[in-house]
This record gives sequence, structure tokens and C-alpha cells, in this order.
Amino acid sequence: MSDKKKRDAKVFQLTRRKALKGLAAGASVLALPSRDAAASVWDAFFQKHFRRMTKSDLERVLARLEREYSSEFSQEVKVGATPPIEGVKYGYGLDLSRCIGCRRCVYGCVEENNQSRDPQIHWIRVVRLKKEKGTDLHYAEHYYNPNQVPEPGHFYMPIQCQQCEKPPCTKVCPVQATWTEKDGIVVVDYNWCIGCRYCMAACPYGARHFNWAKPQIPNESLNPQTHYLGNRPRPVGVVEKCTFCIQRTRQQPGRYPACLEACPVGARKFGNLLDPESEIRKLIENKRVYLLKEELNTQPKFFYFF
Amino acid sequence: MRNILAFARGSLVLISKGSRAYYIWVFSLLALISMGVLAYIHQLQNGLIVTAMRDQVSWGFYISNFTFIVGVAAAAVLLVIPAYVYHWKPIKEIAILGELLAVSAIIMCLLFVTADLGRPDRFWHLIPVIGLLNFPQSLLAWDVFVLNLYLTLNLVIAGYMLYSLYHRREPKKSFITPLLLFSIPAAISIHTVTAFLYSGMGARIFWNASILAPRFLASAFCSGPAFMILVFLLVRRYTKFQIKDAAIHKIAELIAYAMFINLFLLGAEVFKEFYTASAHLVPMKYLFFGIDGHTALVPWIWTAMLFNLTAFFIFLAPSVRKNHFMLVIGCVLIFIGVYIEKGMGLVIPGFVPDVLHEIYEYKPTGIEVMISLGIWATGLFLFTLSLRVAIPILNGDFHIAPDGRGSHIGDHLFLVQAKAADPGEDAEQSTAASARSDP
Repeated sequence: MSDKKKRDAKVFQLTRRKALKGLAAGASVLALPSRDAAASVWDAFFQKHFRRMTKSDLERVLARLEREYSSEFSQEVKVGATPPIEGVKYGYGLDLSRCIGCRRCVYGCVEENNQSRDPQIHWIRVVRLKKEKGTDLHYAEHYYNPNQVPEPGHFYMPIQCQQCEKPPCTKVCPVQATWTEKDGIVVVDYNWCIGCRYCMAACPYGARHFNWAKPQIPNESLNPQTHYLGNRPRPVGVVEKCTFCIQRTRQQPGRYPACLEACPVGARKFGNLLDPESEIRKLIENKRVYLLKEELNTQPKFFYFF
Repeated sequence: MRNILAFARGSLVLISKGSRAYYIWVFSLLALISMGVLAYIHQLQNGLIVTAMRDQVSWGFYISNFTFIVGVAAAAVLLVIPAYVYHWKPIKEIAILGELLAVSAIIMCLLFVTADLGRPDRFWHLIPVIGLLNFPQSLLAWDVFVLNLYLTLNLVIAGYMLYSLYHRREPKKSFITPLLLFSIPAAISIHTVTAFLYSGMGARIFWNASILAPRFLASAFCSGPAFMILVFLLVRRYTKFQIKDAAIHKIAELIAYAMFINLFLLGAEVFKEFYTASAHLVPMKYLFFGIDGHTALVPWIWTAMLFNLTAFFIFLAPSVRKNHFMLVIGCVLIFIGVYIEKGMGLVIPGFVPDVLHEIYEYKPTGIEVMISLGIWATGLFLFTLSLRVAIPILNGDFHIAPDGRGSHIGDHLFLVQAKAADPGEDAEQSTAASARSDP
């Protein structure tokens, strides 16, 4: 049965009983089931925008989220909100001549950042390109599946959020649920996003992903070390994206993003753009740099070397 | 206060008593609305995964319908301009019906946007002060603002005019004229802002064209008035409300001009893309011819082209458009043609191929269709009820009782309409079958 037919068949599963159940479920939210649970529901509903929270607001919210996630995933889950480090602006480098297209970064990212396993969400998309066609995405193959990589005649380009200096996605958000942090990372407040998906239309890199269904993560696969603006479990109906592993990179001493650590060939580089002595600065100054869709003037902080 | 209660009671009588055809029509709409509500509950429980939208095509049928209906709402202004600015009397009498259509259409727009939201429970984030409206950066914030402004304007204008006529008073010109004049730029703004919402994104080459806003306006001035003409013909036939031929022919003439501009602008864009044949051509090629065997939109867009061209020629020749049979055909063709072109024909090629050149062909699911039908039914339901009250007022059949207490419904004929004539043949025509005067 095709997807379409399956979807259509689903329509008719909507019986009266199910609908009544739905109404009852909706009503029960208002009916204050138990004091704690109801308080939690109302706290979540009336939660302020991340940037409007006072310190005590934030502490209360983080504690509530930790409580909710810990009970949902049957383990202790930490939700931090480490602020940006002064004098740091992150930049990422990717050496196209080294990348072998193995997609280890894709799955390393999924595990680190608690993406939904069903339906699957990937923050990184690796495309296979033909050497004679160059980086023209018109010839990109998204679902290449050979027995072995790399393949002769091809090269690979991993694409993820480019953390633009002029991000078209944050500009269009009707409720300011997404913005650029001081360290240059574009983040989303998953508790403020209304799920209109205007940012997804505006992003030229396909870097934003929507939770079309409630994300499913097996308890044992959850990464319990999370950040409010990063890899904490997301609710259904909101947009999410790469944050350069904000929960790792803002630590002191900092850690590399998970995709960089997963890369077996050292194609991925990361560092502080404001530090003239950093590896990333040296690479940008000495390598040939390619910016994806440079003509759109989004000014990525993600640099491809070739 | 007592007057308002009497008005409300009288309105309730008007909308609750009707011919058999009226009941069939209203209850069919209510059935469709209930189906839409059930489908929406299903969507709320399972998330937007029940739609065919995915990361590649992140807006679909809901936003397509929204875009089209904004145009219908904006077009009420086409009646207001000649009616009030140029004091052209034949249209002035019917402009209120156009404003009522605008109100119903805007409510449909708001419902379509709500149906598309992943988190409708957080709608309050859009309300300034308690929420955080990203004004003036986000065009969607602008859209929220102008749509609500336009809705309020039309509610106030139509409500005040009808309430004054109900009291058998002349509406105060000093109050109503500035509002009417203001509603003209407001109408233009809702469609311009909606066009800018698309054309402002560099990521989407199909939309990123400065011609988009003018094209939106031109096509809106076709579809909205076409719908109005159909309504006028029905109202005129089934009620004693008089609508002069001159008014209908004037509107038909304006549609002819608008359709010419619409087709010209489309031609300009098609020429530029196909002659240049740069990488920007791909989405338009997908729309008109399909790419690599992906041809979901092709039959639709050619249907739209055929309908729009045929309608243009029907409206072009005065002798043809004055034939009311041809007029009806032309209006129906335009409505469907623009619905395809400014709906799915506009939204989907923005996403196919997607920004990384992946092709995901989108076809709405049953759930999406059911929810959308429910919203259309809601709009038609609201419009029907508002006509039920407005037409007797405009006729002078529904007004305040001579003693100043209670309301007076002069013509009870509509209550026994079912006996006067057999309306069973076409339920759709019963929109205002109520007060039919010629049995």
C-alpha cells in the first residue's frame, strides 16, 4: 500500500469513540487531574520567553523540565542553560577533500542531540556530488547507499545549519522564538515556537526540522546531559536545528561538537573566530574557502575548504 | 441595550426559520463543519504528521487555501472604491454584501493559519505585550496585524451600516466615510503583505520575484468579484433585493481588466524565466511541465491556464459578458482557475525542488482535505447567516418596531418559502432563498 493510500485509510479510523476520547483528553487538561500535574501544565502553558525570564524564573523552569524529563525517560536528566562565553564566536570548518561520505557525523549528532528516532530527524544531511559537476546541488544525491565509501568520481558535502551572521530564519519568526546568541549560535526556544514553519521556508540550507509527530527516543538512547536551547527533548509541533552542540561547546574547558568527534578522517574543524591564534582562523586564512550559497549574503560561519 | 437584544432576537428568528432548501444548505454546511472538527481533533492528537507536509515541503494545502482566500477578502475593495469614492449608486447599494464577504473570508484565513500551526495552544505568543510579536521584522507579524485590522474595519463598517438601517436612520457620514476610505488601503495591504511574505525570501527562487505582489492583486481582483457576481445573481433571483444589471456589468468589466493584467504579468514572468533558462527556471518548469517524471501539478496548472484564458475572452466582449449564462460560466472558471494558480500552483513550486534540490511530491491527505472543507463550510455558513440578516434589513423588511420596542419583521413570506416554490433542485442556490418575492 502506498503512503498516500495508508494516509487516506487512516482518515476513516477516526471513529466517534476516538473523537470523544480526544474531547475527553482535551477536557481533562482543564479538569486539574492532580495538583502537581496541573500546576506543571499551567506553568508550561504560561512559561515566559527565554530571554524575558528572570534568574529565578529560569531556575524554576529548568527544575520543572528536569522533573518532567526524568520521569518520562526513567533516569536523571540535567537541563542546563550555560550562557555564552565572553569573547567567543564559534566557527566551523569542513574539508571537502577529506570527507568520505560515511555519515558517521549524522548519527553521532542524532545520539548527542536527542533527535527523534521515529520519525527520524537528522540535523546533518550529507549529499553525494559528481566531481565533474562540482558543488552544483542540482546534481546532489541525497539517499546514496553504496557498499563502501568513498566512491570513485564522487565527493561528499555534509550540510547543516550554517549559523549565518545574517540569518534569514530568525528575521521571519513572528514570535521571536529563534535568535542569534552572543557567541553566534542560532537557537530556538522550543517552549515559545508556535510551529508556523516560516523559518523553514526562509532557510536556504534545509537546516531546520519540524517535529511532525511526537519525537520518539528510547530511554536507553537518551543523552541526559542537556541544554535548554540545545539538545533537551523536544515537544511535538516545534522546529529544531543544529546548535554547534551548545551543551558541549559552552562548557569550560570546552568540548568539540559531536559531529567533529565522530568524523574518522578529521575533515571537521571547530574553534573561536575571535581568537587570531585559533586553528579555525589559521585554516580560513590559509585554505581555499567555499561558502554555500554565498550569493544570498547570509554570511555563514560554516566554512568549506577544498 | 433593550434595542440590541430585540435586534439579536429578530436576527435569530431570521436565521432559524427558512425554507427546506435553506435548511438543507445550512445542515450540509454544519455536517461538513463537524467533519472538519473531527479531523482537526485527529490532527491535534497525532501532530501534523497526519498531513502530507514534510521538511521538504513544509507548507501545503492549508497555506495554499489561505493565500487564495486573502485575495477574495481583499477584493471587497473593488466594490467599495466605485461605491463610496465615486458615489456610483448602483454599486453602493450592494457594497455591504462585499464587506460581509470580506469578514467571512478573513475568518477563514485565520482558521487556515491556525490549522497549519504546530502549536495552536501557543497562539497567545502572537499577542503584543503578553506575547512577543516580532514586529516589524517578520512579515507574518505584519500579516497578523493587517488581517485583524481589516477584519475589525469590515465588521465595524458593515455592522454599523446595517444597525443604522435597522433603526431606519441614515448612517452618519462623518463616522463611516473615513473608515470606508481607510478600508481601501487596508484591503490592498492584506494582499500585498501576504505577497511580501513569500517574495521576501531569497531562499525560494520561485517566490523571490518583485512581480509577485502585483500579480497577487491582479488575480485577487478577478476571483473575489467573480464570487460576488455569483452571489448577486443568486440573491437577485431568490430574494426581492434589487441589484441592477448596470452594477453587475460594471463589476464584470472590471474583472476583464484585472484578468488582462493578471495574464500579462504571468506572461512577463514566464517569458523571463523560460527565455533566460537559468537555474532559476527549475520550479517553474516543475509547475508547467514536471521534472524527471514528477508531474503532480502539471494537469492542474494547465487546467487553470485554460480556465483563466477562456474566462478572459468571455469577459472581454461586452455582448458576451452581458449574457448571464456566459457570465456565470466565466465567473466559475475564474474562481477555479485562480484557486489553482494562487493556491497550490503558487505555494508548492516554492518547495519543489527544495533548497537542497531534493524533490518531494506533495499531495494533501484526506485529513487535510477534510479540515479544509470544514473551514470552507465555516466561511460559507457565516456568510449565509450574515446575508440572512442583512438582506431583509437592506430590503426594509427587518427593522425596529414602530413603538421603538422590539423588532419588526415585515415580510414573513420567507417563512413559508418551501410551499411557494420547490427549491429542492439546487440547495446551493438557497443561500438567500428566504425572502423570495415572486413565487
